[in-house]
Amino acid sequence: MIVVNDIYKSFGAVRAVRGVSFAAPDGKITGLLGPNGAGKSTTLRVLYTVMKPDRGSAMIDGVDVVADSLAARRRIGALPHGAGLYPHLSARENIAYYASICGLEKGHIDDKVESIVELLEISDFADRRTKGFSQGQRTKVALARALVHDPQNIILDEPSNGLDVMATRSLRELILKLRDAGRCVLFSSHVMQEVAALCDDIVIIASGRVAIDDTADGIRNRTGCDDLEDAFVRAIHMVGLE
Amino acid sequence: MRTLLIVFAKEVLDNFRDRRTLISALVMGPLFGPILFAFVINLSIERSLSDADQSMELSLIGAEHAPNLVRFLESRNLDIVAGPAGRDAAIAAVKAGTLDVVVVVPGEFGAQLADGIPAKIELISDQANTQAERDARRARDALRAYGQELAAIRLVARGVSPLVVRPIDLDDIDVSTPSGRSGILLGMMSYFFIFALLMGGMYLAIDTTAGERERGSLEPLLALPVTRDQLMLGKIAATCVFMALSLLLSLCSFYVALKFMPFEQLGMTPNFGPSVVVAAFFILAPFILIGASVMTLVASFTKSYKEAQTWLSIVLIAPTLPILIVSILTLRPQFEFMFVPSLSQHLLLVDMVKNEPVNMLHVAVSVGSTLAIGALLTWICARLYRREGLLG
Repeated sequence: MIVVNDIYKSFGAVRAVRGVSFAAPDGKITGLLGPNGAGKSTTLRVLYTVMKPDRGSAMIDGVDVVADSLAARRRIGALPHGAGLYPHLSARENIAYYASICGLEKGHIDDKVESIVELLEISDFADRRTKGFSQGQRTKVALARALVHDPQNIILDEPSNGLDVMATRSLRELILKLRDAGRCVLFSSHVMQEVAALCDDIVIIASGRVAIDDTADGIRNRTGCDDLEDAFVRAIHMVGLE
Repeated sequence: MRTLLIVFAKEVLDNFRDRRTLISALVMGPLFGPILFAFVINLSIERSLSDADQSMELSLIGAEHAPNLVRFLESRNLDIVAGPAGRDAAIAAVKAGTLDVVVVVPGEFGAQLADGIPAKIELISDQANTQAERDARRARDALRAYGQELAAIRLVARGVSPLVVRPIDLDDIDVSTPSGRSGILLGMMSYFFIFALLMGGMYLAIDTTAGERERGSLEPLLALPVTRDQLMLGKIAATCVFMALSLLLSLCSFYVALKFMPFEQLGMTPNFGPSVVVAAFFILAPFILIGASVMTLVASFTKSYKEAQTWLSIVLIAPTLPILIVSILTLRPQFEFMFVPSLSQHLLLVDMVKNEPVNMLHVAVSVGSTLAIGALLTWICARLYRREGLLG
């Protein structure tokens, strides 16, 4: 369960996030939708604690991300935008490194890595060094790495970027699997169709603010647009008009 | 602590698989010094042996006016060859550097000599050219010796002992020991060790900071349930190990290389046996912490791998600065110098190589202050690793 309460974040004169609030409950997929530069990544970075908000607060399973960031991180599996791997390590070693940092027992690590390798169907290239991996392969390994310590909350920043149809499909299946296992999945995207196909709740962000926070149907109703893409555009304009 | 070890083990493994890191740590750093050193030593041996023992060509204009002089010069191992057409051509040739030195004997030389008035001889050289100046000095010495011989003959002809014009008998006594003489040349060595040490960890320092950021692997790492201090200390520890390895290899390669250098011909016997190698390692080892933390610190400020490389090559040169200043001012080892990293290691090493007693208080201060500064820098590194700007 992730709760975001009115967070602000500026970089010099750039006000990236200006009062974002929403909640991402367990057993649901929450999509953070918005155009480029809307403040999606900054919001997520605050949530996985690599940045501190200027104002406001955020809770992961009731743990404050600023006051007890270490405990908050224990409950999170994060896939930052464009996450990179260690090219001289094999996929399996990359995953095992994260597993051991997260404090998994030594004897337990190999089994855990094996099960996540199977879950993500990456056994074909699991023992190869990751140098020269395709974007899809890299994303899968990075995702496996983020999930290896069984986090309750999963934060994915534009996970489908640069993936082909097949890879996107398997990513989608995985996200659904995680939801059905009762996890809280929060992911960002700028692709309307992807969010519509997958999310239980959609939070549309524009210019650092929440334009609309509802289900897909709710958004259609409130904007008066049948087509979600039109609804997206209208919602963004609603923020712009303020 | 466990996390620190995990990060450490991963960085060591990762970098052992990186060819670039390995080459710079295990080949470039340790071999660069001995090779350059062998080159310099051989060159200086060649130059010092070339004096006097070997014949030298000397251009001379107007040999026909002074046949006795020519014979005298040839007896001093100078091969007299005909110089350029005239005095102006000779000056032009020396200016252009085609000839190092030209001796001009004017037509009236014979007549002046016979009349007993100082006979004029011109020696044309470029005194700004140190290489040519060696040859010029040799020619000058030979000409002076000829003058003295003529003077002695004239005195004897007048019934006066030549000793009358030699009131002083000057004798140079050099008290420097062969090991002592080595000190000057081998003083260079200490920098090569520091260079090798820094080279060994340079790519790690870049890879674990700027490299990790450029690759995009830093952000997910920071999102893991560990403190940044643990990550940073693990990375610095790995950098230290590579630096120590590089230093050790460098000391060993010098030990081997020195055995093959003809030091006896230079009148030197460097004191660099196995026990000195071990002692040198322990004196230089505290500098590893400073090297690792400074390099990590600098690299963590840069935006990319390339930028980090540029800045770190400056860090590679920085430790020479105190050594250079003290060498230029020819200062003797002093207690205060032991507080300066790189300088204290250099001075202690020079003492050991010169086979002079090493002041244990100096060693203690050097090790203590270097470690303290290293610890401080490491702490600053860890502090800076906590800032948000780290992600770039």
